[in-house]
Amino acid sequence: MIELRNVSKRFADLVVLDGVDFSVRKGETVALLGPSGVGKSVLLKHINGLIHPDKGEVWVDGQNLTRLKRKELARLRSRIGYVFQYGALFDSMTVEDNIKLGITDEASAADETYSRKRALQCLELVNLDPVVAEKYPAELSGGMKKRVGIARAIAGQPTYLLWDEPTSGLDPVNADIIDSLVEKLDDELGVTSVVVTHDVRGAFRVADRIAMLMDGRIRAMGSPAELRASTDAAVQEFLERDLTIPVHH
Amino acid sequence: MSNATVTLDIRRLVGRFSLRAASHAGRLSYLIFEMVRGLSEWRVWLPRTFEQAQNIGYGSLFIVALTAGFAGAVTSLQAGYQFTGGIPAYFYGGVIVESIILELAPVLTAMVLAGRIGARFAAELGSMRVTEQVDALESLGRSSVSHLVLPRVIAGTLMLPILVVFADVVGIASGWFAAKGALEMTNADFVYGAQYFFRPWDLWYSMIKALCFGLAITVVPCYMGFSTKQGAEGVGRSTTTAVVSASVLILFLDATLAKLLLTRS
Ligand SMILES: Nc1ncnc2c1ncn2[C@@H]1O[C@H](COP(=O)(O)OP(=O)(O)OP(=O)(O)O)[C@@H](O)[C@H]1O
Ligand SMILES: [Mg+2]
Repeated sequence: MIELRNVSKRFADLVVLDGVDFSVRKGETVALLGPSGVGKSVLLKHINGLIHPDKGEVWVDGQNLTRLKRKELARLRSRIGYVFQYGALFDSMTVEDNIKLGITDEASAADETYSRKRALQCLELVNLDPVVAEKYPAELSGGMKKRVGIARAIAGQPTYLLWDEPTSGLDPVNADIIDSLVEKLDDELGVTSVVVTHDVRGAFRVADRIAMLMDGRIRAMGSPAELRASTDAAVQEFLERDLTIPVHH
Repeated sequence: MSNATVTLDIRRLVGRFSLRAASHAGRLSYLIFEMVRGLSEWRVWLPRTFEQAQNIGYGSLFIVALTAGFAGAVTSLQAGYQFTGGIPAYFYGGVIVESIILELAPVLTAMVLAGRIGARFAAELGSMRVTEQVDALESLGRSSVSHLVLPRVIAGTLMLPILVVFADVVGIASGWFAAKGALEMTNADFVYGAQYFFRPWDLWYSMIKALCFGLAITVVPCYMGFSTKQGAEGVGRSTTTAVVSASVLILFLDATLAKLLLTRS
């Protein structure tokens, strides 16, 4: 369970979040949509405590994140995978070592054979060739970096996953693979996910519910069907753009 | 501009400056507090400390030797130029050895390393900060202080005394050679003078200085790197600020330690 209660956040004079209420049930996948620069990444970073709210509370797994001690926060974070919008790979380490750092359980991380196997397995899950393991992030393309970031986030088998635009910058085939991965982690492993995305169609495909962030607040939130039926003009305008394109199956 | 606006301006400037200084002091204290707390995670920082120490040690040998070598020779030549006639030859031995051990080796080594490793630490951590690598580490439940700061600070602080001893040896040797060549003194004179003026406390003092300088040139740059903002330009700014403030801190500590530890009552 993830819950933001009346969260506000400003940077100097810029009010980014202005009383956000947002909740994700256990095992659910929620897509977070909204125009660029509205504060989606900022919201996502509140969920694992990378950003602290000025006002309001953030609850994850029954714990109030704003009150946690350092050790407890670290323990909670090791169960929350975070896919950074721009990868944020450790650039002085190989891809394999990057992914191994994602194995947050100390005993498993210390086990050389397990961690190597897990690293290669995660590479495969994001559709990357095993030879990539030996490379450094600077030698990869943007989309490859993104997928290594995803591999690192899932390596520790987290129970929560926060995805910041996992499919942006990917070709349609790989975007599809990542969408399937989101669905699979959700369905098979019961992972609770928040997916920030610009890809409205992808959102409708993977999400149980969709939330729309606008002007510092959650403007609308509901199942895909509910959102499509929304009478809010701003929501409709945002959705229509992508959804009117005919979808072939 | 009227007088009133000038005073106002100055007041605002002083106000802003003290605010910034106070916030730096606060966040720096917090980092130090976190470092002390992180010491218990030795499994994380110990192996990384060895890597850093090796890098700092081997990588600095040449530049430290070069600096100490020239400093020793120049001290020797200048002593010969200043002390004319009537001064016994063994005197030079004492002057050279003492200036190197007490002041030149620790201060010059620290200054050189402030540029070499201080700048590097600030740039490394700064670019990790702006590319969200520090956040990524934290997001995995790992402590960025134990992973990134402690290995650098511990390695730098422990390597500095070792490098200072190395600088002592090179500086004294080169001073000795220069003295023999320029001042016509015998080895016996030099050794006698060196021993005559030498007190064991001098070496301790030199090591204490080295440790303090080591802390200064590692903690300050790591802090600056961690508080980097705004991309490549921010990294550049942090690096410059780190080297300048570490250097100023070395001079300040140098004076303070001399006053505290060398004043005879
Ligand atoms: N650390 C920060 N300091 C100051 N301002 C920030 C910071 N982080 C984000 N902002 C500001 O907050 C606003 C929201 O940023 P955010 O990155 O969350 O947008 P976003 O919705 O993720 O956009 P995009 O879809 O383009 O990624 C932006 O105006 C940004 O300038
Ligand atoms: Mg964003």
